[in-house]
Amino acid sequence: MLPRELQASQFAGYPPQARQLAAGLVSLLQQLPIGFLPLLLREIIVYDWKFPPERNELEHQLAYLESRSPDQRRQLLAGFEKLHLPHGLEAFDWVNEPGQFSEQLTTHLWATLQIDAFRAAAIDYVRTINAAAPHAPPAMPRLSMVVLGKDVAENQYRLFRKLRPYGVYFNRVKPENGLRILLDAAAARAQAHPAPYGHWYIDGGREEPVSSEGLVRFSYDSLAPARAALQDKMQKTFQSGMGPEAFRTMLARMRPAELGLGDAPDAVLSRFQVSVLTEGSGTQIFSTTFVQWAAREAFRRAQPLTLLLRFAPRQRARPMNELLAETQRKPELDPQGSLVDADMGAYYTWLNQQRLAGAEQSSFLVWFEDHNEAVAIGPALARATESGSPVDLQHLVKQIS
Amino acid sequence: MVTFGGGARDEETFMPDGQENIPHLLTDLMPRATFFSQMVNRGILGHYVATASLATGAYETFNNFAAVPPDRPTVFEYFRKDLKRPAVDAWVVAPSNGFNRIGESGNRSYGRGWGAGVILPKRLLAAALSSSEGAAYEHLLRDNYETPLYAPDLGGNQIELHQMAEVLRLSVADFAAHARVLASPDELSVYIARQLMRQLAPSLLWITLHDIDIAHSGTYSLYLEAIRRTDRLCGEIWSNIQSEPEYAGKTNMFILPDFGRDSDDDAGGNGFQHHRTGDALSRTTWMMAMGPGVRENMVVDRAAEPTDLVPTLGALLGFDARLSQGKPLPEVL
Repeated sequence: MLPRELQASQFAGYPPQARQLAAGLVSLLQQLPIGFLPLLLREIIVYDWKFPPERNELEHQLAYLESRSPDQRRQLLAGFEKLHLPHGLEAFDWVNEPGQFSEQLTTHLWATLQIDAFRAAAIDYVRTINAAAPHAPPAMPRLSMVVLGKDVAENQYRLFRKLRPYGVYFNRVKPENGLRILLDAAAARAQAHPAPYGHWYIDGGREEPVSSEGLVRFSYDSLAPARAALQDKMQKTFQSGMGPEAFRTMLARMRPAELGLGDAPDAVLSRFQVSVLTEGSGTQIFSTTFVQWAAREAFRRAQPLTLLLRFAPRQRARPMNELLAETQRKPELDPQGSLVDADMGAYYTWLNQQRLAGAEQSSFLVWFEDHNEAVAIGPALARATESGSPVDLQHLVKQIS
Repeated sequence: MVTFGGGARDEETFMPDGQENIPHLLTDLMPRATFFSQMVNRGILGHYVATASLATGAYETFNNFAAVPPDRPTVFEYFRKDLKRPAVDAWVVAPSNGFNRIGESGNRSYGRGWGAGVILPKRLLAAALSSSEGAAYEHLLRDNYETPLYAPDLGGNQIELHQMAEVLRLSVADFAAHARVLASPDELSVYIARQLMRQLAPSLLWITLHDIDIAHSGTYSLYLEAIRRTDRLCGEIWSNIQSEPEYAGKTNMFILPDFGRDSDDDAGGNGFQHHRTGDALSRTTWMMAMGPGVRENMVVDRAAEPTDLVPTLGALLGFDARLSQGKPLPEVL
């Protein structure tokens, strides 16, 4: 089917809000090229489970497309229009399966060496959309706090090597009560500036108690039943000899109910958790990967004002079938390797925070749990400097908040 | 020919911060090598199809996850047909089942009967073990981490267990006993390559290392550990070449990653974890060439492509890679 043949009734299978949104845009959607429209539908079909900033961005994008004349739209989407797509792709049910269409499109673009042209078209498009309505600054400067190195007694790895150039490296941090100080700081921000999905705490081990209604929180351990259900499905898929494309499709179609999260009170959050486990490679088996990817996705999608991450030791590398049976046995842990993973994870978290609006006012703190090392980055702090003065975490948080 | 295992970024290898991970390449091999600092892969960044493209000298476009032969003739076919070399003179040691068709193409003028023998050490090891023994060796049997649940059907000209004993003069018991002390699949591959060199001394040997692809699991420490191991194995392969009378002083070695991995700066990717964005860092990597006739301690900064490798081997060994897309690299001729 071609876009011009699209009818509102074809969105009957969409969730309620997505259906309403798409049905109201049919005349616009009919005018979009086949190399672009399913990618837009991939976003629309999950509208019901999007976070507020994602909804705003999608609505803005659609409004911008509607506001253009046909010629302007054609010019904006020319890069997508020029792609050579096989006829088989048009026959695919891209209205109801836009995610699977996107997978096939990507495969085709790589195979026909058009991926660079597609990439250029996508970058141009996003740049134009963003320029038309720059992102509003956040309600308060963002703050990320990362705790890493749990259970590491001694360390030879040079920590924070990628973050030190951007802030102050402290080597005489007083570790006493450190984790509690950071948990309380996150809770206080959530209470002082309530915002839907605005403040997050993600733990790579067991969640620490923290009192705040406004804090989104979950952990690797709290999702153990969901991970066990997923690992079981992955094992069975492995045994059935299913190919990689079918495997990815199986993961993409996974619903919260299939992983025991169907009764969760917050459908948006449980969808997010499922996406972390099914779209992130390694998140099902390594807690360090889980924390890093969850943080990346939280920033990309929910754009939180506060993010507290705590990395915990992951299981040691083992053959895949053993890794997938993690929840059925007591895995051997690798604290030192996890420290190195988390060090890179902290850097990626800072990079992802800096991609959001208000980056120049944002702050960042990373601390080696129960040890004396930390790096703090913020608008009031010098770059690439070192401090040997004794300092406690309360003081550091105050300095960057 | 050694592929430096499974997509490695400059950032963790030859850039200043990465040099601590490659002491053997830097200290032992670099002074003996011509080093190409910009090998730009313009093809598909999937390991099997990219390695097949390296072997054919042309950007292959088949599905990376399908068990199909390359479309164009491989270096092994050019080498054997043009130079009338026997089957035992060209071998591939490959990391996983997905690479089993890399030895010969589907090209009508070459193809069947003209390719290399393919050894899949993990498959041999799995066949050598009884089910009760499996647990002790599982660390050597893992497949790649991009598609951990995929093992395509075989159908190439890979050797099977009973042939191993004949070809490598290596008993199944000795093989299994030695494998037990190895740390990774790539160690197993290099062990098999050593046996090949000792027993058959092939003129053309292609070793595809792959441990580094554990980066797909998102664990940076395991990615770095795999780079360090691959660095050590490359040093060991070169030492073996120098210590084997059939090879010493008359063997060239080429080392290059099949491609890089995504940049930290590209919001569309997740840094070292994958190679999905097609950005410059994921496409640009390096190559070392060494051995007789190759200038030592030389750096070439101009851009070259991995498809240039096969025509270069053709110019060195005397075959015509007529269907390749690349050009011979004059700096090593």
